[in-house]
Amino acid sequence: MTQSPFSPGVAAGRLDDAAYSENFSELHPALDPHEALVAADRCYFCHDAPCITACPTDIDIPLFIRQIATGTPDAAAKTILSQNIMGGMCARVCPTETLCEEACVREMAEGKPVKIGQLQRYATDHLQQQGIHPFSRATVTGKTVAVVGAGPAGLSCAHRLAILGHDVTVHDARPKPGGLNEYGIAAYKTPEGFAQAEVDWLLQIGGITLEHGKALGADVTLDQLQSDFDAVFLGMGLGGVNALDVEGGDKAGVSDAVDFIADVRQSSDLGALPVGRDVVVIGGGMTAVDAAVQSKLLGALNVTLAYRRGRDRMNASVFEQDLAASKGVRIMTNVVPKAVHGNGAVREIEFEYVTDDMAGTGETVRIPADQVLRAIGQTLESNGLPDLEMGKIAVTGSGRTSVDGVWAGGDCALGGDDLTVTAVAEGRDAAMDIHASLMG
Amino acid sequence: MANLQSNFIGIKSPNPFWLASAPPTDKEYNVRRAFEAGWGGVVWKTLGEAGPPVVNVNGPRYGAIYGADRRLLGLNNIELITDRPLEVNLQEIKAVKRDYPDRAMIVSLMVPCEEDPWARILPLVEETGADGVELNFGCPHGMSERGMGSAVGQVPEYIEMVTRWVKKHTRMPVIVKLTPNITDVRKPASAAKSGGADAVSLINTINSITSVDLDLFSPEPTIDGKGAHGGYCGPAVKPIALNMVAEIARDPSLRDVPISGIGGVTTWKDAAEFLALGAGNVQVCTAAMTYGFKIVQEMISGLSDYMDDKGFASVDELVGRAVPNVTDWQYLNLNYVSKAKIDQDLCMSCGRCYAACEDTSHQAISMSEDRVFEVIDDECVACNLCVNVCPVEHCITMEAMEPGLTDPRTGKLVEPDYANWTTHPNNPSATAAE
Repeated sequence: MTQSPFSPGVAAGRLDDAAYSENFSELHPALDPHEALVAADRCYFCHDAPCITACPTDIDIPLFIRQIATGTPDAAAKTILSQNIMGGMCARVCPTETLCEEACVREMAEGKPVKIGQLQRYATDHLQQQGIHPFSRATVTGKTVAVVGAGPAGLSCAHRLAILGHDVTVHDARPKPGGLNEYGIAAYKTPEGFAQAEVDWLLQIGGITLEHGKALGADVTLDQLQSDFDAVFLGMGLGGVNALDVEGGDKAGVSDAVDFIADVRQSSDLGALPVGRDVVVIGGGMTAVDAAVQSKLLGALNVTLAYRRGRDRMNASVFEQDLAASKGVRIMTNVVPKAVHGNGAVREIEFEYVTDDMAGTGETVRIPADQVLRAIGQTLESNGLPDLEMGKIAVTGSGRTSVDGVWAGGDCALGGDDLTVTAVAEGRDAAMDIHASLMG
Repeated sequence: MANLQSNFIGIKSPNPFWLASAPPTDKEYNVRRAFEAGWGGVVWKTLGEAGPPVVNVNGPRYGAIYGADRRLLGLNNIELITDRPLEVNLQEIKAVKRDYPDRAMIVSLMVPCEEDPWARILPLVEETGADGVELNFGCPHGMSERGMGSAVGQVPEYIEMVTRWVKKHTRMPVIVKLTPNITDVRKPASAAKSGGADAVSLINTINSITSVDLDLFSPEPTIDGKGAHGGYCGPAVKPIALNMVAEIARDPSLRDVPISGIGGVTTWKDAAEFLALGAGNVQVCTAAMTYGFKIVQEMISGLSDYMDDKGFASVDELVGRAVPNVTDWQYLNLNYVSKAKIDQDLCMSCGRCYAACEDTSHQAISMSEDRVFEVIDDECVACNLCVNVCPVEHCITMEAMEPGLTDPRTGKLVEPDYANWTTHPNNPSATAAE
């Protein structure tokens, strides 16, 4: 520890090792068996349960909780994983407070939902930590499918296709599989290499080949995939980041929040990661919160999350906003960036206050900033893709694109929230449609 | 604070809550703690003959069943009568009674089914200053294999015979504890009365196997791979006990037999229910074994508040109040019509009422797209299942229909007059109303 939180500029080693390890420990520790039974006993086993309806992957939540309560957590895991092969990751990263747990009747009755997310994790961990893969492949069909993107959408699609007997090749631009699970989610939500362990577990199904360093458009083309495979699924996410289009927006010290998050996730020595003393994150979604909180946890003295509208319009859930506030992140609302100031490197960022309908007020504020992280939306980087709509691949039904034989899902496709769980659902459903199409 | 003073067959105690004969009353140490906590009396754990005491198993003695959150609902035991020497127990009983003269001290007894052993033990008990004896004709395990406990309680002639011996050899009040492991509890109660018993107490425990170890394939509690049936008690047996108490209380020939109510009493409310069905006091065991002696403080405050609310000046005003309303099915009013009603403000839309009614009953609850659940009066037979499965108290209620309205299910007017099965036209044995 050569620096402190007070050291100016962008510097590494602001904290001691113990602080890093404490700060990046797991946000929600796993339930122990007793806690799981107590939590499971609170489920009412509702009829046509609202939590199931609220789950993008339609997991039979009352059934899996009853299976936990009756001492069969592996059966519970199978119930979960048969709907959502990434049930382990979703248990960790789903905004359950706006999905299943918001719909839980006990949330309505007592303001305390059943701990569905943590119970799901209990069950999936119980199974996966034994190395059990409860699915097997159907007779091999001889059909081949190319999947682009080894993230939640692509791997979910690939796994379902593999179960159905098809051979799948997954192409991914990055050196490791997992997509945003591996590169784009705060470290404290999925520590200890869980994302890779989950991928390894998932691949036990067989019939899936991973090809790394294969970016669509650069290393492989859609035309080529179409000619080499019987079907193609596009699930490569959003590679581009919107630029900060203001005066000084290209100064040193201004960078993308997604890269910052990826650096934290891939770091083997958090003390070597530089972070500003005064960090400003621009944006209001999960990425913005993940970047802001992790800046603080790395030892930044002042972290400001600056959002153009009110808190009620932020894409980050209330839970995420509160988490940021509890870690000491200041949330500024109704501000839009006007200019980035500094002699070479950023020193200050200037905002204008805006009304709720985004009208400028003429009032501005300058706050110190030696690091600015952009989290103002991601874009689809593409050429030669199927038809787009609102900047994403247009799909109908279960992910059918404008090109025959090409399906798409996850963040790169239009529709649904940009959530891991939504991507898993879209990949799974596209796989079923691809199967019907190939075998029909 | 209502006056909870109890006088049961001349035995006075500051409240009607006694600890039943069981492990909590096996030793001076436990009983002193019970009295310090506020219990009105105890029935000391069953004493046997002088000489070498019985032995217990050295493995588990209890098995249990649970509700949600591992709440103990039923307990089963294979423990025998006291396994401590008779003289030690007698000394301790005497010492405790001396120090707590205002508390009821009853001594439970079980000796062989011959007159001499009873004649020998009773003077020893009298000498302790105890207030009375309870004859254990109820324990269904272990001792029954030796011709005692429920082996006596299942034969009314033996009950009468032994009770008569006991009355002959003691001046103490005699309570006969009955086993529920019989067909008609009025028969043993009647036998006790004929033998001169001052009161009956019931129920003792029920023959039971609580669970099976699915790896060992042995009943639990498992002793070295084997299990024997035990005696079942706790909240789960309360309904059985209440019925048996009521059967005795409403029998014209047994109406004058005082009853000490036992069986799953866990809260003041349970106790009040036993009293209302004719028990003069209650005995508690499993609740104390689950939560400790302190629960009596809730029982005291709860019963007291209830009596104040009702304006009862003494426990006796509550005793038997519900007995006139216990009847036979054939006398229930078939003209009474009610319908379930769901309070939409309390409903949290779990849909359990719907699942229960749709799958297992009368399809009398509708479910809308947005999860509003409503009763369909045309189909509702007022079975009460929706009320029973609803997780929210008072959310679903049974509302009586006013006479003169038409029951949409049957299309018939709700009649104002009482009419039962005995005069119903569908009853082949119906007798015309006179």
